Amino acid sequence: MDIATILSLGQTALELGLICSLTVLALYLSYSMLNVCDLSTDGCFTLGAAVGAIVVISGHPYLAIPAAMAAGICSGFVTAILQTKLGVDSLLAGIIVNTGLYSINIAIMGGSSLLNMNKVDTVFSLMKDLLKGTVFAKQYKLAVALIAVIVILVLLTLFLKTRLGLAIRATGNNPDMVRSSSINTAFTTIIGLCIAGSFTALSGCLLAQSQKAVDINIGTGMVTIALASLLIGGVIMGKGGIFTRAVGVVLGSILFRLVYTIALRFDMPAFMLKLISSIIVVLAISIPYLKKQMPMIKRRMGIKTQKGGV
Amino acid sequence: MLKLNNVSKTFNPGTVNEKTALSGLTLDVHDGDFITIIGANGAGKSTLFNAIAGSFYTDSGSIELAGRDITFMPEHKRARMIGRLFQDPMRGSAPGMSIEENLAMAAKSGGWFSHISKSDRAMFREKLALLDMGLEDRLTQPVGLLSGGQRQALTLLMATVVPPKLLLLDEHTAALDPGTAEKVLELTKSIVAKDNITCMMITHNMQSALDLGNRTLMMDKGNIIMDVSGAERDGMTVQDFLDRFKAGSGKALDNDRMLLS
Repeated sequence: MDIATILSLGQTALELGLICSLTVLALYLSYSMLNVCDLSTDGCFTLGAAVGAIVVISGHPYLAIPAAMAAGICSGFVTAILQTKLGVDSLLAGIIVNTGLYSINIAIMGGSSLLNMNKVDTVFSLMKDLLKGTVFAKQYKLAVALIAVIVILVLLTLFLKTRLGLAIRATGNNPDMVRSSSINTAFTTIIGLCIAGSFTALSGCLLAQSQKAVDINIGTGMVTIALASLLIGGVIMGKGGIFTRAVGVVLGSILFRLVYTIALRFDMPAFMLKLISSIIVVLAISIPYLKKQMPMIKRRMGIKTQKGGV
Repeated sequence: MLKLNNVSKTFNPGTVNEKTALSGLTLDVHDGDFITIIGANGAGKSTLFNAIAGSFYTDSGSIELAGRDITFMPEHKRARMIGRLFQDPMRGSAPGMSIEENLAMAAKSGGWFSHISKSDRAMFREKLALLDMGLEDRLTQPVGLLSGGQRQALTLLMATVVPPKLLLLDEHTAALDPGTAEKVLELTKSIVAKDNITCMMITHNMQSALDLGNRTLMMDKGNIIMDVSGAERDGMTVQDFLDRFKAGSGKALDNDRMLLS
């Protein structure tokens, strides 16, 4: 394998990592901050991809981005209303929305489960034209992904320091305290999930445009992949301020894709991606737990061997 | 100021666990009152606070605060007028957020998109200095690093940074070591006196129930069995409280925690 191949593989991993890091940032908001496990992520990701694709195909690549984000907000809003106002358990609310979105997504795609954007302009092809002739001509995908991630990262960090942002963070930390600050926790949950939804949908929209195609399974397993990236990010930069942790989350997403790309080079079949992300999530959650249990397990083992000796 | 009119609350009605926590309680709190509340476990003291703060809606009766009927006002809206501290010092602040972020939430000032400003920080520092715990130099540290006493003092500050119309203290010093408890109680007294806050405090300590405030309520079985203030209260001793309890409830007040403290 020559250097050029390695660089090109690395670049692909970087692009994918950056685009998907927007979903990871959504989970950073919903899972880490709000303490809500939002399982509508898969459907919301596909929703963003589908809405974006339809708008792109009708000739508006820029409009596709706000349109996809608006669709994501709607999805987040429904999930949030189910759990805050209608008494549906938060896990179940996500699953229900996810299931419902499958039909909605196919309906958006005009009854088909696959849409092509080969012959139309996307934000990526526009960037390609823009960078033509410069040294970055080949990095047009990277450029779009990087701009999107930086904009979202800065906006999210600024937002989390506002009074509303503080309230959202406190909702996952101590809801009693939020209520005693005269803020309705239902309101903060709704706002938080709407924002998370818009990030997820944006992520889906960009991935579909970069692949020039969207199929109904584009978002399948995305929640686990994003969760794995989030937890890896927590290991790299888990301590520090809001911004540091958000950057860590993006790095986690990129690292996940890099490791995955390397594994593919060692002849791991591509269909293993989802199993690997599941295993990473299990390890990342269970290792700290088992570490905590270790002294007790050791003590019990010790007593057992003593008894055996007597 | 605060008027409770014939307020009742029954938990798990119609089941074997049915428990009448408040039964037709009527209470009139005057402006500037500092009321201490005593009573055995399960007498309904905390339930009374929950009803006032809106943790649940009452089954019957009405509650009025500062001339407004708040019977059906949700908890987070009442929080604009009511500050509250619990026995558990962890309950009033968010451990993952910094001291200044916690105070900014409590300050209830500025719009949704406002950031913590320089003048906010100066104000927080000034207020924290009053606690005399060195917290004014630790504004950006997470609250989770503070001790129980420090957290309760911070919670007290958060509950009063905007002086509330009514402050509810639910044994807020009971989980602290005696020295810290004394300090938090002193802080409570000075803050309440400075802003002239109307205050209700549940305590298991009969002596401090006598020493603090201007009025004492004794509760039993979801109702008030003694309400003393003024000259009558000034002449009373802990033994008088015990006798009054026996007279009011028909049984001796055999609560180790209350007798020992």
